[in-house]
Amino acid sequence: MTADVHFELLWPEFLVAGLAFVIFTLDFFLRPERKNILAWVSVIGLAGILAFTIPYLMNENDSLFNGLYRVDDYALFFKVLSMAIGGAVILGSIHFVGRYLTHPGEYYAIILLSVLAMMMMAASGELLTAYLSLELLSFCLYILSGFALHDSKSNEASVKYILLGAFSSGLLLYGIVMLYGALGTTSFAEMAVALEGIEDIDGRLLIGLTLLISGLGFKMAAVPFHMWAPDVYEGAPMPITAYIAVGSKVAAFALVLRLFAEGLLPAIDQWNVLIAGLAALTMLFGNLVALAQTNVKRMLAYSSVGQVGFLLMGIASLSTLSSNGLMVHLVGYSATNLAVFFAITAFYNVTGKEDIVDFAGLAGRSPFLAAAITVSLFSLAGLPFLAGFVTKFYLFSAAAAEDLLWLAGVAMVASLISLYYYLNVVRQMYISPAADGEEGAIKVPNLLYGLVGVLVIIVILLGVYPEPLVNIIENATDVILPAADAAALNLP
Amino acid sequence: MNGIDSVLIFALVAVPFFGAIVLAFFPADKHIMIHWYTRIIAAVGLAIAAYLFITFDTSGDLTKYTVDFDWLPSLGIRFTLGLSGITAPLMLLNAVIFFGGVLISWNVTHRPKDFFIWLMLLVAGVYGVFASKDLFFLFFFYELAVVPMYLLVGVWGSSTDFGTFLRTKEYGAMKVMLVLVAGSVLVWIAILAMWMEAREITGIADFSIAGLSQVEFSEGFQKLYYPFLMVGFGILAGLWPFHTWSPDGHVAAPTAVSMLHAGVLMKLGAFGILAVGMVILPKGAQFWAPTLIGLGTVNVLYGAISALGQKDLKYVIGYSSVSHMGYVLMGLGTLDVLAVDGAVLQMFAHGIMTALFFAMVGVIYQRTHIRDITVLEGLGKKMGITGVFLAVAGLTSLGLPGFSSFVAELLIFIGTYRTYPILGVLAVIGAAITAVYILRMLGKVFFGPFDENKWKDLTDANKTETGVAVLLTGFLLLWGLFPFRIVEIIDSGVAPIMERLGN
Repeated sequence: MTADVHFELLWPEFLVAGLAFVIFTLDFFLRPERKNILAWVSVIGLAGILAFTIPYLMNENDSLFNGLYRVDDYALFFKVLSMAIGGAVILGSIHFVGRYLTHPGEYYAIILLSVLAMMMMAASGELLTAYLSLELLSFCLYILSGFALHDSKSNEASVKYILLGAFSSGLLLYGIVMLYGALGTTSFAEMAVALEGIEDIDGRLLIGLTLLISGLGFKMAAVPFHMWAPDVYEGAPMPITAYIAVGSKVAAFALVLRLFAEGLLPAIDQWNVLIAGLAALTMLFGNLVALAQTNVKRMLAYSSVGQVGFLLMGIASLSTLSSNGLMVHLVGYSATNLAVFFAITAFYNVTGKEDIVDFAGLAGRSPFLAAAITVSLFSLAGLPFLAGFVTKFYLFSAAAAEDLLWLAGVAMVASLISLYYYLNVVRQMYISPAADGEEGAIKVPNLLYGLVGVLVIIVILLGVYPEPLVNIIENATDVILPAADAAALNLP
Repeated sequence: MNGIDSVLIFALVAVPFFGAIVLAFFPADKHIMIHWYTRIIAAVGLAIAAYLFITFDTSGDLTKYTVDFDWLPSLGIRFTLGLSGITAPLMLLNAVIFFGGVLISWNVTHRPKDFFIWLMLLVAGVYGVFASKDLFFLFFFYELAVVPMYLLVGVWGSSTDFGTFLRTKEYGAMKVMLVLVAGSVLVWIAILAMWMEAREITGIADFSIAGLSQVEFSEGFQKLYYPFLMVGFGILAGLWPFHTWSPDGHVAAPTAVSMLHAGVLMKLGAFGILAVGMVILPKGAQFWAPTLIGLGTVNVLYGAISALGQKDLKYVIGYSSVSHMGYVLMGLGTLDVLAVDGAVLQMFAHGIMTALFFAMVGVIYQRTHIRDITVLEGLGKKMGITGVFLAVAGLTSLGLPGFSSFVAELLIFIGTYRTYPILGVLAVIGAAITAVYILRMLGKVFFGPFDENKWKDLTDANKTETGVAVLLTGFLLLWGLFPFRIVEIIDSGVAPIMERLGN
């Protein structure tokens, strides 16, 4: 069994790791004013790996090291998504790094390492592998969120993130131990088999599940484990905030979805109430607290806490349909959040301000940024012609189909609440006049212009014609969930 | 697509939508070009809607109007547009008011490009709701029609000072947006519930109205979820006690938006109750009909009495809209073919009438910058034309024979009287109160003592504004004097629905 491990299937991971070391090394040989080359090498490298990976791993279905590590369409989907997000964040960082940060070599290399971690999280087929990749990602993010050395807020964010992150890792590990004690295995597939054989759910299993969910809840910032999120979002350098908001969530849900679908599905009656409650609490709390925020990064932090609630809904109602819904929403959420964060980064690069009132009169100062932020926020609120409308509709339909209509109802109310604080930003930009002495036009560099433009176009495309994405995702979820209830759906 | 008619339906939605996108590339300072471009877009829509209305086929075969594309098969969503006897007049209504609204906006000089982009998106959304035969897209266009309201009211609207407190345009904009989206949440819940239930019964995932109306939903399910649709759509129709957004919103909005808002947008709500609620959940509709008719009666009386106490011209009309939408809701609640015909005709008649009202109030406000009835006096001396048309709208509003509202309200009164005699009588009392506040307002504003010094430079409605008024008055008279054709068209759409309801 161990004889034929197909190491060649790990080429994408090797290449990304290699690219990170190339950047570390290259950093020594570049004069400070030419460090931008590092970013371009990273992006072009990632694009190259991406172009290589898709045809290389397409329809490949294999597992390495006795199921420890999986190479399938599901993992491929998230690998591609991770690389795309990593590349976008590096592109969006270039101007910010040049202006506010030192040590660009380490910055880009660590982002690349975290992309590697995200790729591994989606591919893990076993709890300890999952834990190790999760920790790799977390450590990268701890460092990145403290990267603004001169900024005490950034330092605070990093320390807070490390302490609470370490605490949650403890919970997670203890949960894994309990599950191992109860089931005698850490492999997802074997866990499912063991769970099916169990008649009565014993205490160890329940405690294990609870600890596992709490630990993962910390990592993805679900209420009541969310309190690190606003401070870290506010303190971290702007592009890293985008990265934490998008990348870490995508990776966490990639891991969680596979874990619950492949490993814990037989015990769904034990955990779905817990997850559904967590989801309802998260979406309501996140959106309600966001109402009171005056700093745009904190507002988006709480709004993304709320979004985690929507995503958890996809886990609570776990089925093929809701996995599709979760992944569709994850993609739409990623594109939208990246667009809004990069638009705000472009604003911050020029003004150095990040309060919501500072956006007053932006429609006159930079119509492009104002329009991009409006489109993104409307998409987050789920308004039509934008990604958020379709992805929420899909996700909420899926929850309704699994008899969680009440949760879908809570989610709709939560998105109604979110509309209010998104509209407040829109009001500042379009209705309020600019403050005195702040009327000057904001010049957006071509790079950010293009990046935000492309992301906004993706947001609109997903809202108008999501079918290609949905087809890809349906193909990917086939791997982790038996297509049993797809047949029950009886497609017309 | 099935031939020219279906292409026209598609074009009706697509022209303002893509018109808005094209307008985004216009230079922002070419005001005249932007105005004329929008007028042409509106005129094209009017021509198409008029053609579809005139040539409408009442024989019952609507397949030639159907546009149908696959969109997201895994959820059972199709992009399906169509036309029915109910929507043909409402499409025309939207086209007429949009055209009138664009003309009356000749004086918009503050960022006209953005203004018309949002206005066109709103209109595209309204056309889309009327045309959609699939609940996903109906909901989609419904939200599309609501979203532009925020900026249209917030940027181009006006604030009202009540002395002790201020109703700012930002307040109005936020209120309209949040309340209407809250309504859409209820509708969304009901849509998902019906989709889920149908999927369990038939095993087919399907969002189409036609498909869902074939499903035998249990009586308990229908009774449970019909109120979601009734209240959700009802909020948009100004259903009491969820009507308060409507006067605030109408007053804060700029003239063209008030026209579209009171004229068409509120009709979307009533249309939704009829074309979604009653079609898919007939047993629920029967069970809740008395409630609907009761709330409608409250609407009529409450709106009329509230209008009595208003000093701001726009608030008078805002509350009168609430009152008149009450007739529509009452008509729908009777589930009687004749009264429902009347309700749909009332949607059309009230739409035109209220648009005329807001247009003329806009003319007065633009010249005097006052809307307070206690201050405006005797304007008839210098604003004769405005006065005449305001009087026309007022007389239509109180149901004078010869104007279209008379026919509509008569049908509703008869229908209500046949089912609930007492409520029928109350509705007539509502009409009497309408006469009081309308005549009082007209008398005060146009025939009181005139202060020559204060209103020295006052001018009457110009040619464009008069043209709009003539256009709208033409429709009021046309259906008032010759209601047969439009009632025939409406009936061809209403009768099959009522037949399924067993009436």
